[in-house]
Amino acid sequence: MNNHQTDHHHNNPPHRKNRKHPQNLRHRLLFGYSLAVLGFLYLPILVLILYSFNDSRINAVWSGFTGKWYLALLDNRRVLEALFNSLSIAVTTTIIATILGTLAAIALHRYTFRFQKTWNSLFYLPILIPDILMGLSLLVLFSQLAIPLGKTTIIIAHITFSLSFVVVIVSARLAGMGKELEEAAQDLGASPLHTFRYVTLPLISPGIIASAMLTFTMSLDDFVISFFVSGPNSTTLPLYIYGLVKRGVSPEINALSTLLIVTTILFIVLAEFFRRKDTDDDTKKQLPF
Amino acid sequence: MNNKGKYLAYPSLIWLTLFFLFPLMIIVLLSFFQRGLYGDIIYEWTLANYARFFEPLYLHIFFDTIIISVLTTCCCLILGYPLSYMISRMSSSWQNIWLLLVMIPFWINFLVRSYAWVIILRSQGLLNTLLLQLGLIDQPLSLLYNPTAVLIGLVYTLLPFMVLPIYVSLEQLDRRKLEAAYDLGATPSRAFWHITVPLTLPGIVTGSILVFVGTIGMFVVPEIMGGAKSSMLGNVIQNQFLSARDWPFGSTLSIMVILFSLILIYLYNRAVQAQQDERG
Repeated sequence: MNNHQTDHHHNNPPHRKNRKHPQNLRHRLLFGYSLAVLGFLYLPILVLILYSFNDSRINAVWSGFTGKWYLALLDNRRVLEALFNSLSIAVTTTIIATILGTLAAIALHRYTFRFQKTWNSLFYLPILIPDILMGLSLLVLFSQLAIPLGKTTIIIAHITFSLSFVVVIVSARLAGMGKELEEAAQDLGASPLHTFRYVTLPLISPGIIASAMLTFTMSLDDFVISFFVSGPNSTTLPLYIYGLVKRGVSPEINALSTLLIVTTILFIVLAEFFRRKDTDDDTKKQLPF
Repeated sequence: MNNKGKYLAYPSLIWLTLFFLFPLMIIVLLSFFQRGLYGDIIYEWTLANYARFFEPLYLHIFFDTIIISVLTTCCCLILGYPLSYMISRMSSSWQNIWLLLVMIPFWINFLVRSYAWVIILRSQGLLNTLLLQLGLIDQPLSLLYNPTAVLIGLVYTLLPFMVLPIYVSLEQLDRRKLEAAYDLGATPSRAFWHITVPLTLPGIVTGSILVFVGTIGMFVVPEIMGGAKSSMLGNVIQNQFLSARDWPFGSTLSIMVILFSLILIYLYNRAVQAQQDERG
């Protein structure tokens, strides 16, 4: 790893060169320590993945490679049901939260409201509130209104916690864009609807896509809030895993968890790829013509 | 410009009022009521729940929770600061890779991550099997279902919350100040403690608050890794709502958690404000 050594050279005044040796040692120690921390982050995940291929049911000792736990998952109706529930909840949540949040961000950006500060903090507060409190307060609300717990209540809860993230992300994009382009379009005679369709929307679309992806992931991933507002026939994947984990260690959980881990990593790498492409395009746009 | 577009914000505002603000207000109200005999609610104003919070049993749980939250925060800081420091000194392409590596576990479901530790630490788990086969121990050690296991699980879950804010403040650090210190003959460790640490204090404090607030309301990690004995505040709250069906007392406990978190955030804001004033 040369990069930090060159970096070092660059930062150090010349008279420190004779102390190069202790410096190097310090750097190696720091690098080793960082690697160890990264190991702490990844070791359990790797162990989990490895054991999902272990033949033994009492899986402490390695007794041969197998894919049978994965095949067993395909036959498990309850896993497939939980997966279907999770996906349908995530899709519904993403569509509604992204649309509502984007509209709100545009309105907040364009107009001044009475009590603007109060409204702004209403959008920030759900991010700061601990999940457990949001979950139990919704449980109390639903039971006071005698709304039966199920998929609908989970979707309502998920929209509530994602709405803020959509508003914050799209607002940031709108703030970065400025008001000039929209004003120019309107000066040139575009109707508000045309301005929105051909100027605002294309400019903020990266923000909208980013917030939709975030909402989708958070909805799939959520356990704490769903835990409070789920009903008998609305078990999501995290809720199902929780049920299994409480009963003890089993190869099925290892296999299911591994599938989740692989999907998550693919999703993040893909998102990162698109984000970089997007920022590349942005830097190109900023070039003076 | 006409004002019709304002209506676009109303669906979201109404949604959050109905499903966020209103439920929170119900919780505040509930905390002043009492539980009836059969888990129902008696609508008479009382401060009994708040008095009950100050009973030794709950105060004890409260302080235990705070101690474990403080320990989690310290461990995250000790593990996270050097890592952030290392990342901030890399070339930008390596920075992106390392940041992504730190972020990936953060996105993996935390139930799965806690469960991974159960595989390693349980009595027939990986670690005990290894130690037994190496002949280092005769009996499996009980590594799981104790406070240390809970601490490991919490640190593991919350570490990225510490790394990212510290990384951001290290990135913004004015390197010229360090060069000036070196030119004036400061040793690296002196420069580190007198320049780098004070200037990255906002990142340290932000990270610490995120970790601390994240720990204090946690109930899943203690349940999975601490077993039935574990009673952090989050577990007690969950229990009041789902098993004991004492919603008023559960509400009181969660309001105390929120108050505590809000006080911390307020103190943080004041500290940052003071530092900015100091710098002019």
